[in-house]
Amino acid sequence: MHPVPCRVHSVVRELEDTFTLELDPPGDGWEFAPGQFTMLYAFGIGEVPISISGDPSDSSRIVQTIRAVGPVTDALTAVSPGDFVGVRGPYGTSWPTGSAEGRDLLIITGGIGLAPLRPAILEVLDHRDRYDNITLLYGARSPGELLFAEELQEWRGRFDLEVLITVDRGDQVWRGPVGVVTSLIGRASFDPESAVAFVCGPEIMMRFTIQELLSRGFTDDRLHISMERNMKCGIGLCGHCQLGPFFVCKDGPIFRCSEMGDTCWTREV
Amino acid sequence: MSEAFDLLVDQPFFKGMTEDQIRVVAETATPVSYREGEFIFFEGGKADSCFLILDGGVALGLEKPGHGPTAILTLHAGDLLGWSWLYPPYRWSYNAHIHVDTKAIRFDGPRLKEAADADPVLGYELMKRFTDMLVKRMQSIRIQLLDVYSTPR
Ligand SMILES: Cc1cc2nc3c(=O)[nH]c(=O)nc-3n(C[C@H](O)[C@H](O)[C@H](O)COP(=O)(O)OP(=O)(O)OC[C@H]3O[C@@H](n4cnc5c(N)ncnc54)[C@H](O)[C@@H]3O)c2cc1C
Ligand code: FES
Repeated sequence: MHPVPCRVHSVVRELEDTFTLELDPPGDGWEFAPGQFTMLYAFGIGEVPISISGDPSDSSRIVQTIRAVGPVTDALTAVSPGDFVGVRGPYGTSWPTGSAEGRDLLIITGGIGLAPLRPAILEVLDHRDRYDNITLLYGARSPGELLFAEELQEWRGRFDLEVLITVDRGDQVWRGPVGVVTSLIGRASFDPESAVAFVCGPEIMMRFTIQELLSRGFTDDRLHISMERNMKCGIGLCGHCQLGPFFVCKDGPIFRCSEMGDTCWTREV
Repeated sequence: MSEAFDLLVDQPFFKGMTEDQIRVVAETATPVSYREGEFIFFEGGKADSCFLILDGGVALGLEKPGHGPTAILTLHAGDLLGWSWLYPPYRWSYNAHIHVDTKAIRFDGPRLKEAADADPVLGYELMKRFTDMLVKRMQSIRIQLLDVYSTPR
């Protein structure tokens, strides 16, 4: 339950307000499942849940991508190599990559939502032969605010992964799609009768995406989303992260839509 | 069978319509193609047609003073472009700029309206499809306006 001090190995600035930290794990190694999070503690400031954005096959570092939005994330993104942060976890449920084996997989995300999905993308690419079509649909605010831009470029060059990117606002040089991420769904190759979808982003974007997928013949037992709520204990004890009958830290953050029922449509509180 | 009919019959936009209805619509249709950089229409111009995109990409945008053309939305295969021909004052509200070489079907607005007036069942089928597109587009633009990916400070 106590945070373990972990040394900051490196800090990479991804965007104006978004940084990726690589931490030395406590002990010999580090294992997690794609979609899980840690409680990250900025000493003397506070503790917040942050998803793991690293490669699940690499146990040598804890990788987390953080957008500075307030006191704790400001402090976490101001660290330098050699500093220490506290880590608890990994906690929570994971993206069910196994359920997509032998099927088309649709990964739909927006903004910083790409970070919690990155481990799942790396895992399915590592076992590419187990899946049919894999499509990544990513929406960002503008062409200059694409997270992991270099890696996206690399993924776009692969023949076994379809990557479509749209932005809310184009610029003078952007020649790609402009519009919400759901407008890309019609251009992706997938069988709505059997495909599996992983969706992560702002809640309104996820609700809009779920509606669009359901209208195209998806069933909600094949739709998985990542929910966020403020957290304290991170392990199902305090009730801080309650969402209807669920505790997001323990029952989530990754939920199957069919299990959530109407809670899926509950507005963020 | 006309070339336009052959192109329309498999388009998802017309799914659920009878072949006879599609045949009537096809009589108002002409296949067209545009090169990257061309404009299909300009804001304020007379709106007398709409387009079903078969392949390529069209950016709807406006001229932002001091910034040149700004894309608000791009449309791609399967999307319908243009509804200003349906309502007065029959003027385009955006520029339609070709992003990548595009193939489309152009429908003659006044003739399509005549056909819909003459056969209200056909008119209803078409209106259902136009309103579905309008609602989806309005929802999309609402989410774009919300700026959901901005930093919450
Ligand atoms: C399971 C889970 C995984 C997460 N993964 C990541 C991640 O990988 N990277 C990352 O940067 N953040 C992630 N978050 C969000 C992160 O925990 C919050 O941004 C953080 O708690 C904010 O703390 P703060 O003290 O810096 O700011 P606060 O003062 O708590 O908040 C500052 C502002 O941010 C808003 N805010 C707080 N939390 C969120 C949120 N979850 N979504 C949108 N707005 C919020 C607040 O309403 C307020 O306006 C995750 C949250 C959860 C629950
Ligand atoms: S954070 Fe305490 S129960 Fe979830």
